[in-house]
Amino acid sequence: MATTSDNSPALLDIAEVSKSFGSVEVLRSVSLKVAKGEVVAIIGPSGSGKTTLLRCVNFLESYDSGSIRIDGKEVGFRDGGARQRRSERDLAAMRAETGMVFQGFNLFPHLTAAGNIMLGLTKVRGKSSGEARSIADHWLGRVGLAHKADSLPAELSGGQQQRVGIARAVAMEPKILLLDEITSALDPELVGEVLAVVKSLAEDGMTMVMVTHEMAFARDASSRIVFMADGGVSAVGPPKEVLAAETTNERLRTFLARFRASQF
Amino acid sequence: MGYTLNFNLIWRHFDKLWGGLLLSLELAVISIAIGIVIGLVLAVWYVSAGRVVRGIIASYVEFIRNVPLILLVYLVFYGLPTVIDLAYSAQTSFVATLAVYSGAYLVEVFRSGLEAVPRGQIDAGKAIGLTPWQRLVHVRLPTMMRITLPALSNTFISLFKDTSVASVISVPELTYGAQWINFNTFRIVEVYLVVTAMYLVTGYALLFALRLVERWYRTAR
Repeated sequence: MATTSDNSPALLDIAEVSKSFGSVEVLRSVSLKVAKGEVVAIIGPSGSGKTTLLRCVNFLESYDSGSIRIDGKEVGFRDGGARQRRSERDLAAMRAETGMVFQGFNLFPHLTAAGNIMLGLTKVRGKSSGEARSIADHWLGRVGLAHKADSLPAELSGGQQQRVGIARAVAMEPKILLLDEITSALDPELVGEVLAVVKSLAEDGMTMVMVTHEMAFARDASSRIVFMADGGVSAVGPPKEVLAAETTNERLRTFLARFRASQF
Repeated sequence: MGYTLNFNLIWRHFDKLWGGLLLSLELAVISIAIGIVIGLVLAVWYVSAGRVVRGIIASYVEFIRNVPLILLVYLVFYGLPTVIDLAYSAQTSFVATLAVYSGAYLVEVFRSGLEAVPRGQIDAGKAIGLTPWQRLVHVRLPTMMRITLPALSNTFISLFKDTSVASVISVPELTYGAQWINFNTFRIVEVYLVVTAMYLVTGYALLFALRLVERWYRTAR
């Protein structure tokens, strides 16, 4: 199955990745290439391996076989034939090249909004706290939270926390941004403000891979949609094709039908 | 025939009690300071160690928790110097004992605190590229402190009361002061009433102060 839409070299190259939790195969030889500037949405029923795949990309989860490369560099294992896990220091350096936004926000509760963003900038990027603060302020402005810079996470709404989560990830200037169901834990009225931020990042050319249940958003904001089922890529293509009602893919049709039914 | 309360003799020797109270506080503070270091180091070690180290740390905790403090105090003050050639004062001996004693309890407090740090926060630390050591210092320990601070306060209060055991090796803390006054004035009811009140008031004051610290820590930025 063709996975790239053009000839530009893939920024993210997932090749035949498989993974099992005990006897359960959660990823079955998944391959996916993402070019620079692309926004790829991964959809599919729960338990289809979407989140696991995303977590493999920055090696929060290991995988059993296959390879994941960012800019040609293997993420979790040393380059060369032997499958040897990278040192923790190397892993940390690799992870700093990808940003991740979580379903549960996962802000550091003891740090302010600005402090959450500054931690990586000072400790990983080696910036002075003055520099880090001005970067934090810039990104908080971008997500509409300049006035909340000195608030603790507990003092912010879910939507605001998630926008800080996004700012924390993008402030590190990652090559690729991973979004893991970032609106699933939000009250419906707060979803819009978070998606608006993601959309503006897409317009800036940020490369993104997002696992989402927001079909309308996947259709509007992504350049390609990947449909996963039973740990494998079942369909991939431009939103219009994948989300077309007359698809011949049985699993996809069932999934979409259930989805449409729940929306109306 | 009634017993007439007479506090005059107590007030005459009150300096013994006041000095004793200050020494009790000092013993508790020094012991818990050392105990916190022991507890933190062993707890961090425990959660990242293999089975053998875990077993050794768990044995230490179990041993301390199942032996009465007073016995440990005797063992260290009377027993240890006969085995190893080491001379130390009663006070030093007691502080060392109480530090090791509180350390064992604090290993448990800190270990469960570390294990209670939400998985997602550690993931977030990994995702921004923090090394394991940076995650420990900047993510896990601060969150653990928020979780364990109430338990730490409680440990400190009970440690303050435990300093009364030092009287058995003649460290002149509060309970020892009470005994001295009792032996010299025979006003047993009065002196223990006063000393009870002193433990009570100090304990409550400490608790109040520590709760303020906890609240400050939760909202500090």
